[in-house]
Amino acid sequence: MKLSGWAKYPIINTRLHKPKGIAEILNLIKFKGVIARGNGRSYGDSAIGSDHTIEMSNFNKIISFNEDTGQITVESGMLLSDIIETFLPKGWFPCVTPGSKFVTVGGMIASDVHGKNHHKVGSFGKFVDWIDIINANGEIVRCSQKENSELFNFTIGGMGLTGIIIKAAIRLKKINTSWIKQKIIAAENIDKVIEIFESTSNVEYSVAWIDCLQKEKNIGRSLIMLGEHADINDLPIKFQKKPFDYPKKYKIKIPFNFPYWFLNYKAVSLFNKFYFLRNKNKTNEQLVDFDSYFYPLDKIIGWNKIYGKKGFAQFQCVIPISNSKIALNELLLTISKSNCSSFLSVLKKFGRQNSFFSFPFEGYTLALDFPISKNTLNLMTQLDEITLKYKGRFYLTKDSRMSKETFLKSDIRNDDYIKYRKLTGSFDIFNSSQSNRLGL
Amino acid sequence: MKIHSILILGAKSDIGMAIAHRFAKAGYSIQLAARNIIELESDSKDIALRYNVKVTVHEFDVLKTSTHKKFLDNLPEIPSVTVSSVGYMGEQKINENNLEELTKVIRTNFEGPANIFSEIANKFEIRGYGTLIGISSVAGERGRAKNYIYGSSKSAFTTFLSGLRNRLSKKNIHVLTVLPGFVDTKMTKNLDLPPRLTVKPFELAKIVFNAYKKKKNIVYIGKIWFLIMMLIRSIPESIFKLMKL
Repeated sequence: MKLSGWAKYPIINTRLHKPKGIAEILNLIKFKGVIARGNGRSYGDSAIGSDHTIEMSNFNKIISFNEDTGQITVESGMLLSDIIETFLPKGWFPCVTPGSKFVTVGGMIASDVHGKNHHKVGSFGKFVDWIDIINANGEIVRCSQKENSELFNFTIGGMGLTGIIIKAAIRLKKINTSWIKQKIIAAENIDKVIEIFESTSNVEYSVAWIDCLQKEKNIGRSLIMLGEHADINDLPIKFQKKPFDYPKKYKIKIPFNFPYWFLNYKAVSLFNKFYFLRNKNKTNEQLVDFDSYFYPLDKIIGWNKIYGKKGFAQFQCVIPISNSKIALNELLLTISKSNCSSFLSVLKKFGRQNSFFSFPFEGYTLALDFPISKNTLNLMTQLDEITLKYKGRFYLTKDSRMSKETFLKSDIRNDDYIKYRKLTGSFDIFNSSQSNRLGL
Repeated sequence: MKIHSILILGAKSDIGMAIAHRFAKAGYSIQLAARNIIELESDSKDIALRYNVKVTVHEFDVLKTSTHKKFLDNLPEIPSVTVSSVGYMGEQKINENNLEELTKVIRTNFEGPANIFSEIANKFEIRGYGTLIGISSVAGERGRAKNYIYGSSKSAFTTFLSGLRNRLSKKNIHVLTVLPGFVDTKMTKNLDLPPRLTVKPFELAKIVFNAYKKKKNIVYIGKIWFLIMMLIRSIPESIFKLMKL
């Protein structure tokens, strides 16, 4: 059948399976070109098997919960939304969360996802205690920092290419309420944005929304959104009795693919102006529920349809801190000149991270999305070049179109990973459409 | 406040499990019953952790009707609600030619559930309240060449539930007949179902829970099936017998 990632591009032919048990998976990995898939929220083709795709949706049980340490053991197809629904009322929250809660534990491990607190705590993998994985030989292997650590470290951020993750133990953190204290700071250009990030590095959560269509001295005009978990005392009296309650917001459902011209330059430019003006004066601290703060897009079910039938592509790179200012200026200038509009543009500072194959390292990461067209694909190739020039690398969970050459140049660690894959036999079994494209 | 409980007969089925989750979410304690309780262990732990409710597992074989009485006596309590999601479809072509299979279909869908429901209904009657939820099927609404053995067994179950309701409605006992169309489950995984007419088990569970709360008598899963089945029932037999549906 035809399958795509969340961005609906590219669409790839694969055989989709939804196994009910381990035995079925063991049968499936006798084939080649197999990859696991969670909830299909990676943007491109990383969760589409070149031949067989194993959707893990039936592996969604909670196995155990330790009330003292906050460690939970869950099957890999468990959704983050289910984890939050179950454990938030008990006062526990994921240490790291990506921008959607409709992702699975297996997916978060394979992508080694990051959140708005990366500069403080690092990525998701740091809070994984152990993983059970089916390797290329069809063995179920328990791996952790102590036990089979090479497998463990390549599995975290390894894009599912080491095997099929079955279950994992992850740590949650204790929180006192389900609310976030938010503060918004407006910055008129990219240099200011970086200044603000540097001066607010003690704040738990931070992210900047960029208006990519600004020109000249306003290039990189942004709203920086800072957040901290609220304490009980921060809540109005009426909420203090039930600190973990949160308003169940209405959801919007996008019923069909919008026409491709919907997100045109004018519309995005108008939206950006409106959004900036609406929020730039919210400099006072506000209370927002965690759902609105972390997952604003989850409220719009099927938001990927607003880009139309052809879909869109995400671009996310990270630039080393020493080159950040000049590289970001150049990236944003190139976008601004291109007259292509990125609807959702996000900038964030990463803290230090050393890992076998994960995306983050210390620096600034820029995430953009463009509706698929010849122009935008060309533009993204230009952005690739700039990223390479400044020694940056790319987030494979978002990628759907990078060339093999670009990828190999961007990440010197791929040699080691490919070597490891060949040595363990995973190279012959576990292949996604993306790993084939990138020669990984 | 009294904590209500629900007994799920056929808990290993996707529909039974989805209903267990929905009621657990509402705070009900859960009694899971199926043939092989070892297979229920992970589910029972999962439900208990997710919803903070008490979950127990119980060995139950719908075909061994002689054991049903004892099964009920061994439950920790008589549940407030009992749902039967027991079902067996078999394959029509085999059912037509193999008496053993035919009997298995009829006994699993009708005789077994009718027997255990009778036992429970009597206990409910003595106690003075209770709800019985029977998962039947729209396939029981008219016999079709494609699946009339499964269909007729469900038809019998639907009629049984209707009679039970008629008998017990004055006695504070509620009987809910659930008539699903296509549901995406293990049972239907080899059938080619039209996606627009097919619901997921969790969607079915939500509808069943709401119908239970509103004390509905009969609920179609989705509403469109009410219309479809009305049309199918209204076709004169002389024409219907020539049709391929």
